[in-house]
Amino acid sequence: MPQLDTDLSAVGAGLDALDAPSQEQRPSLWKRFVRTAVPPLIAFALLLGAWQALWALAFWPEYQLPSPGSVWAAVAEAVETGRAFEVLWTSVSRAVLGFLTAVVIATPLGLLIAKVRVVRAAIGSLLTGLQSLPSVAWVPAGILWFGATPSTIYFVVLMGSVPSIANGLVSGVDQIPPLLPRVGQALGAGRMASARHILLPAALPGYLAGLKQGWAFSWRSLMAAEIIATSPQLGEGLGQYLHNGSALNDISMVIAAIFLILLVGVGIELLVFRPLERAVLRARGLTGAL
Amino acid sequence: MTATLETPTTVSDVDAAVTLSGVRKVFGHGPAGVVALDGVDLTVAPGEFVCLLGASGCGKSTLLNLVAGLDAPTSGRIELTTSRPAVMFQEAALMPWLTAARNVELPLRLAGIKRGARREKASELLSLVRLVGAGHKRPHELSGGMRQRVALARALASTLGSAEDGTPGLLLMDEPFAALDAITRDVLQAELVRVWRETSTAIVFVTHDVREAVRLGQRVVLLSSRPGRVVREWSTVDCDEPAVIDEITTHLREVISGHAAA
Repeated sequence: MPQLDTDLSAVGAGLDALDAPSQEQRPSLWKRFVRTAVPPLIAFALLLGAWQALWALAFWPEYQLPSPGSVWAAVAEAVETGRAFEVLWTSVSRAVLGFLTAVVIATPLGLLIAKVRVVRAAIGSLLTGLQSLPSVAWVPAGILWFGATPSTIYFVVLMGSVPSIANGLVSGVDQIPPLLPRVGQALGAGRMASARHILLPAALPGYLAGLKQGWAFSWRSLMAAEIIATSPQLGEGLGQYLHNGSALNDISMVIAAIFLILLVGVGIELLVFRPLERAVLRARGLTGAL
Repeated sequence: MTATLETPTTVSDVDAAVTLSGVRKVFGHGPAGVVALDGVDLTVAPGEFVCLLGASGCGKSTLLNLVAGLDAPTSGRIELTTSRPAVMFQEAALMPWLTAARNVELPLRLAGIKRGARREKASELLSLVRLVGAGHKRPHELSGGMRQRVALARALASTLGSAEDGTPGLLLMDEPFAALDAITRDVLQAELVRVWRETSTAIVFVTHDVREAVRLGQRVVLLSSRPGRVVREWSTVDCDEPAVIDEITTHLREVISGHAAA
């Protein structure tokens, strides 16, 4: 068919132009700011207003419900003396170190559970069970085994976050369309190359969800451990700061501590995990939730 | 990559790209086992375009998997003189996290080819399937026909990338255009013939569409169903197309209606 061949490229180009999905225009920076930053700010302001009003009505005594102002003063004082930074640094560095260790342990563990049937049958459900066990439950055991040392704290953090990360990876691998590994095999990927070039990238969205949850679990496990296990050996982290506030009957300090704990949790989520997740999902065209 | 193609009119065993002799495949064991293929003999010459035609359950896909080395035959022999065969499926199955160009590079990367050579080869293949400007796009930004062309480029990369100079390539295609609309399918069929002429790769193309088989292939092989056996072959070089289509359709219907009584 010579006459078909001559204009084939034109027909093909026309089809490409007609069929290619149209690209969505990203809204401007200002619009995105208004859409994403303004609603939570308004919600926060309303919450603060309600708190102030409740305090002004004086239903509860001052030592139970402090004013927003006095909590702010407690935070400001901790910041001015530099205590806030020391406390934050102690806790955040522990959490990050614990989290990174958990990633190193949980990633091969998750791959093993996902791909080796015997391993999955043996410890798969145990790992899911561990996820529902509050990691505070490990604190007494940790103190008996390691004493009131940093080892106890890291032990509790690992017990909290390793199951989440491994389980996230397992569900990420389980959700890979079976055609992709087959294509990988047809393209000449061996077992290791397949894990590196097909399985891990394909499982990345599930893995990231697991990492996010793993971080949340390491942060809350750390707080639980720090609140319960206090000793001079351990230095002062956010948990001990909260514990001290409680011991001093200083409700402003307690709420200031809770505020700082929340601030770190939200901050890491917004600065690290949210952009990472967006980039990964956007690259795959999964823009539904963005 | 050469632009010429010599089509051998007679196929001798000596220079066959693929030789299947007495291939049998049984799924399961004992009396419950299902015989998918039984006593299949087939030869494909280097650079030949063969269409395997058959109704559902004739073991077309099983046959492709065996040739691709994704599965092993129960008995019989499969010999390849080509480089590692490339496979194309009904779905493009591109890696959604890689751009079009990176998808084409993937088999070269798995073969351990250096980055510079990889890039060059990938852009060469993308221009072969007329996707020069689309290398940076992700699969979700491409239409179905474009995705299937990227998959074709990737398949070619995998068979040509592993080829030493002079070794012919082999492309196995499992109903690659079945999920596309009629207009796109029409264009892609012509594109495939053009690419085949330019690359001199042998192609084994599985389909259940008689028209497609006759239009594309130099040879059409009709398989029976349950178990799959070679029923008859037609050469479609310089033939009267409508007449051959009618004849093959009649045969295919006979094969299918033979199952109604059982």
